[in-house]
Amino acid sequence: MRRAVLIAVPYVWLLALFLVPFAVVFKISLSDIALAIPPYTPTAKDGIWNMLRGLDFENFVFLTEDDLYWKAYLSSLQIALISTVLTLCVGYPMAYAMARAPEQWRATLLMLVILPFWTSFLIRVYAWVGILSGEGFLNQFLLWIGVISTPLTILNTNTAVYIGIVYTYLPFMILPIYSALDRLDGSLIEAAEDLGCSRMKAFWLITIPLSRNGIIAGCFLVFIPALGEFVIPSLLGGSGTLMIGKVLFEEFFSNRDWPVASAVAVILLLILIIPIVLFQRNEQRQAEAGK
Amino acid sequence: MSRLSPFNVVSLTFGFVFLYVPMLILVIYSFNASKLVTVWAGFSTKWYGELLSNDAFLDAAWVTLRVAVISSTFATVLGTMAAYVLVRGGRFYGRTLFSGMIYAPLVMPEVITGLSLLLLFIGIGMDRGVLTIVLAHTTFSMCFVSVVVSSRLMTFDQSLEEAALDLGASPFEAFRLITLPIIAPAVISGWLLAFTLSLDDLVIASFTSGPSATTLPMKIWSSVRLGVSPEINALSTILIGLVTVGVICASIASKQSALRAKRDEQAAARAQ
Repeated sequence: MRRAVLIAVPYVWLLALFLVPFAVVFKISLSDIALAIPPYTPTAKDGIWNMLRGLDFENFVFLTEDDLYWKAYLSSLQIALISTVLTLCVGYPMAYAMARAPEQWRATLLMLVILPFWTSFLIRVYAWVGILSGEGFLNQFLLWIGVISTPLTILNTNTAVYIGIVYTYLPFMILPIYSALDRLDGSLIEAAEDLGCSRMKAFWLITIPLSRNGIIAGCFLVFIPALGEFVIPSLLGGSGTLMIGKVLFEEFFSNRDWPVASAVAVILLLILIIPIVLFQRNEQRQAEAGK
Repeated sequence: MSRLSPFNVVSLTFGFVFLYVPMLILVIYSFNASKLVTVWAGFSTKWYGELLSNDAFLDAAWVTLRVAVISSTFATVLGTMAAYVLVRGGRFYGRTLFSGMIYAPLVMPEVITGLSLLLLFIGIGMDRGVLTIVLAHTTFSMCFVSVVVSSRLMTFDQSLEEAALDLGASPFEAFRLITLPIIAPAVISGWLLAFTLSLDDLVIASFTSGPSATTLPMKIWSSVRLGVSPEINALSTILIGLVTVGVICASIASKQSALRAKRDEQAAARAQ
C-alpha cells in the first residue's frame, strides 16, 4: 500500500506535468489560429466530437511549404553538430589531463570545472557580448598585439554561437568523460606499452574505447539541448543565424501563432526522440555496469 | 597515470583560461566608472548603488528567490521519492515510461518544456504567475534531483536497511533512521542543484509566468537584449560572488566531514 503511494505520487506528477502537456501541444498543432482567447480553434468547448473533427494537419503542410522552417531545422542540426564536435575537441584533452593530474589536485580541478556550471547561464552567455563585439576585448587585444589591423566581426555571426555553446556546455562534456577516464585502469596502458605499442597507438586502442560511454554521454548532453537552444543564438547570433528554438519563441511571442509554434515543437520533438532514446539507453547501460 | 605531459598542461591552462577569463572581465568591468563598458575610466562602485536602488530588480530578485526555495524543496521531495522508486521499487506497471519521464526532461530543450506547460496551464484555465512557475520548475528539477539521489542509492549497502527491518523497524522508520542519513549529502546537493536551476531559468519562466510575476533572469534578459550594461555587470558580479562563496563553503564542509569519517574509522579500527 505504502509502496503504491510512493510510486504513484512522482508518477502522477510527471504524467500530469510532463506527458499530458505534450498531448496538449500535439492537439493544438492540429488546430487553426483564431482571434479569440485562447487563440486557436476548435477547443473542448465546441464538444469533443466537433473538436476532433476540426483537427487537421494544415500546420504541418504549411511548415513543409515555407522553406524558413526547413532551413531552421537543418541549420540547428548543423550548428548543434559542429558545436558538439568542437566541445569534444576542447573537453576531451581537459578531462584527460584532469584524470592524469596528481591525486591531490583532482578535487580542486573538478571544482573549477563545476563552478561555472553553478553560475547563471544567462550571465555567462552575456559575458561574451562584451568580448566579441566590434570594439570588444578580443578585438582590442588582437589589434594591440598587431595580429589584425581592422576589427573582426564575430558578434552576431554563427562563429559567436559556436563559441557560446562550447563555453556554456563545456562542463557537461568534461564531467562524464572525466568520470570514465578516472575509472580506467592505468595498468592496461602500461601493459600495451610494454608489449610494444606506441603511446599514440595505446591511446587510440585502449583509452578512447574505454572512455566511449563517457564520450557518448557528453556528446548527447551537449547536442540535444544545443539543438533547441534559444538564449545563445538570440544573444550572440545575428539575423542570419537560424535556429529552431529562436523560430519557435518568435512564432509564439511575436507572431502569436500558437498552432504553428506547436507544430514546430512537435517536429523538433520527433527529431529529438532518437538521440534522447539513445542517451537514455547509454545511461541505463552505465548505471547497470556501475552496480 | 600521474605525470602530466606538456600537452596536458597546455590543454588544462587553455581550458581554464577559456572558462574563467570571460567572467573575470565581467567582474573587473563592473567596477568601471564609465558608462561605456569596454573603456576603463577608473574605479567606482556607483553601478552597485544604482542597482540596489532599482526597485524593479529588487522585486524580481524577491520573486526569483521565493520561486527557487519553494520549487527546489518540492523537487527534492518528489525527486528523492522517484529515485527510491527507480532503484528500490522493483518491477511495476509502466516502469519504462517512468524512467523515460525522469531522463527525458534532463535533455529536453527548454522551449519545448516551456511551451507545453504554458499550453497546459491555459488549457485548464489556470492564472499564470508565481504558482505556475513553481509547478514548472518543480517538474524539471525533480528529475535532476532524482538522478543525483539515485546514483547515491545505487552504491549504498542495502543490507543495512534490511537489518533495520529485521530488527523490527517499520519501512518508514528504516528509511528515516538508516537510508535518509546515508543519502543526505546527495539529497542536499540535489536541493542545491534544483535551487540553482530555478534561479537560472529564463526560457521556461518566460513561458509560464504571467504579467504579475517577473523573475530576475527575465529582467536581465530584457535589459541585455539592448546591449551590454554596467548595471548588469554589477548584478553578475554579485551572483558570481555568491555562487563562489557557496561552492567553496560546501566543498570545505564536505572535505571536513570526509576527514572526520576517516578519523572515526581509524579510531574504530584501533579500538578493535
